[in-house]
Amino acid sequence: MNFDDTPQEAAFRETARKWVEANAPKELHAELSKSSLGRIRLAKHDIVDVGKAWQMKKFEGNWSCLHWPKEYGGRGATPIERVIWQQEEGVYGKLTQPFQIGEGMCGPTVMAFGSEDAKRRYLPKLASGEEIWCQLFSEPSAGSDVAGLRTRAEKKGDNWVVNGQKIWTSGAHYSDYGLLIARTDPNVPKHKGLTMFFLDMKSPGVEVRPIKQANGMQEFNEVYFTDVVIPDSQRLGAVGEGWSVSLTTLMNERMSIGARLATGVPEMFEFCSNLMLEDGLAIDDPAVRSKLASWAAKSSGLKYTSYRTISALSKGERPGPENSIGKLVSGMMLQDIATYAMDLQGAAGVLTGTDDETVQGQFQQMLLSSPSMRIAGGTDEILRNIIAERVLGLPGDIRVDKDVPCNKIPTKGR
Amino acid sequence: MNFDFSDDQKQLRDQARKFLAEKCSPKAVRVVLDGKAPYDKELWKGLAEMGFLGVAIPEEFGGAGAGHLELCVIAEEMGRANAPVPFSSTVYLAAEALLIAGSDAQKKKWLPAIAAGEAIGTLALFEGKGNPSPKNVKLTAANGVLNGVKKPVADGAIADLAVVAARTGSGGRENDISLFLVDLKAGGVEVKSLTNLDPTRGQAELTFKDCKAELLGAAGEGWSILTQVLDRAAVLCAFEQVGGSDRALEMGRDYALDRIAFGRQIGSFQAVKHMLADMYVSATLARSNSYYGAWALSTNAAELPEAAAAARISATQAFQHCAKNNIQVHGGMGFTWEFDCHMYYRRANAMALGLGSLSYWEDQLIDRMRKKNAA
Repeated sequence: MNFDDTPQEAAFRETARKWVEANAPKELHAELSKSSLGRIRLAKHDIVDVGKAWQMKKFEGNWSCLHWPKEYGGRGATPIERVIWQQEEGVYGKLTQPFQIGEGMCGPTVMAFGSEDAKRRYLPKLASGEEIWCQLFSEPSAGSDVAGLRTRAEKKGDNWVVNGQKIWTSGAHYSDYGLLIARTDPNVPKHKGLTMFFLDMKSPGVEVRPIKQANGMQEFNEVYFTDVVIPDSQRLGAVGEGWSVSLTTLMNERMSIGARLATGVPEMFEFCSNLMLEDGLAIDDPAVRSKLASWAAKSSGLKYTSYRTISALSKGERPGPENSIGKLVSGMMLQDIATYAMDLQGAAGVLTGTDDETVQGQFQQMLLSSPSMRIAGGTDEILRNIIAERVLGLPGDIRVDKDVPCNKIPTKGR
Repeated sequence: MNFDFSDDQKQLRDQARKFLAEKCSPKAVRVVLDGKAPYDKELWKGLAEMGFLGVAIPEEFGGAGAGHLELCVIAEEMGRANAPVPFSSTVYLAAEALLIAGSDAQKKKWLPAIAAGEAIGTLALFEGKGNPSPKNVKLTAANGVLNGVKKPVADGAIADLAVVAARTGSGGRENDISLFLVDLKAGGVEVKSLTNLDPTRGQAELTFKDCKAELLGAAGEGWSILTQVLDRAAVLCAFEQVGGSDRALEMGRDYALDRIAFGRQIGSFQAVKHMLADMYVSATLARSNSYYGAWALSTNAAELPEAAAAARISATQAFQHCAKNNIQVHGGMGFTWEFDCHMYYRRANAMALGLGSLSYWEDQLIDRMRKKNAA
């Protein structure tokens, strides 16, 4: 048992480290290091602009989408090399945010189901950051039950005509292409009537509207489709096979190891170490220490769980299911920590200003943002179902709509 | 990175599991649970023969000279089997204290006997209510004899050897404490068995009356040795707790698959599925923290104090959580004496206290994290 690289891993790390050292935009280092909890604030730059510049540099140095085959813009790297790259890329990895959905989900789906022409046309430009992709799956009435989606695609000659609405699309407003799943046959049960496409986001009839979220911010979009025409050549997989194609996409999302999930623990430790209560520092209070210790133990449990996964990759093994707990644990913890940090501030905890007294309002922000951590990318409940069914082998839910044609499934509860 | 046990260590784990499945069935555990024997002597003998008692004891002292990673995988299986033997007292506490602080003569006298299953050891630290603290040590040592009362002492009624924390200085400071070795069969100690939550591991009160004792380690160094012993035992106990957590989770999962209610497997209800998923989450966090503790223990890393506290907290919480919800998944049947659920519930809650309670270790973790941050 050790944390050391193998000689090959060490050599790869050295190469990566030298390249990052020579090429990274060091002028952004301080700001990127400071931005915590997944929020990136750059005073003078737009994240998409600086992100594109970094992505292009990486592409030219053969460091982008490095687990992809070389002919499509990657490096043909092993999973463990990808993890080592992420570690060496460090804070600059935050600049890759606009490309993550393309790299992690859209690209692999095109790679698995696209024509050779499509792969050579789209994947290198995705890898270089010249073209950004988004994923168009969720709908207002199809979130956890995404197979219940209702956006229609109808065949007209060699084209498909799309009408409907998607929601929670990150980056739709700056994306060039989108991976779209739509219903092509409403007369069969829901999983059977779906087909996967990709489309030009600048197509006539595509309208992107930002969503104002519960925390007041605007990070996601709704995307409306009105008679949008997609050529049949942009279909991925067979007609009616969209569900199994989507499983490829989602599986690739879950394979992304070492995802940098915020827990709030370092921020909370720092906060409690400095906060003066009536009887002294918060961190000297037994009740505070008890909570803090439990959170710290959870956080280190997550860290070493990911090390176990990385070790499996290092040995060329398939990682076990243990990595599936990450978002479930960190999402709840973030919300609990935010709530408790404000409790410690007493009545002033209600203030959201950015003065010192509220520690720049970071916990108030965390409180308001944390519900999304427990919903996006699989709700806590869906994640528990996945653990129960795929890890523990418990029965799947009884599905009352399983054999019902999609257009006969009720749309309103009451 | 190779943050995992080696193939040989995994093989040893399988070997231990197979051995315990055969020699330590729930039926065998119940003999001790029902008070028909103070511990499972046959199993103890078998563990010695397998070389498990001395796995981390160097060969020159009669052990297998393997190491602490090997001991960790065996500990996990001891926890999984709920083994009714004085393994933790003897191997994690007494033997570790001897390994850290014993003189050559002391090691030669006791370690081979421990490895051979001929001597049961324990740590006599607590004196009534309270967590580990030099202030709580009132038993005195003067002129080579001990006077005072220790309770609870795990496996105290069956032990041959006790490592005893005694006050040698005038106050309750750390350097007022020294450790002593006491041969419990040599007279001067009154032993009384105490009833406790988990009858598969006995607890006792030991009264020392002018009892002869020899120093273990230097005078005034007792607390510092004790802290190391407790950290090492915390990691090893964490593996027992991880094994127990996994077993409780499996029992719950199996019952949820077998039991039909409302015309379906109860494991198909989300309320039950989610409870089991949460148990898996706790058990996984505990396992990962324990692996880190194992690494720190086996390499004697500077990170051991922090790693041990995190493993202790995580594993204590996981075992309590899994044992409690295993009963809940079983419903009424889980509350019968006949079903085995309560044995894990008892063990989980007894283990949560043995080396100092959860709040004590939470306190320790914060202190140790602060120390690290300050450094």
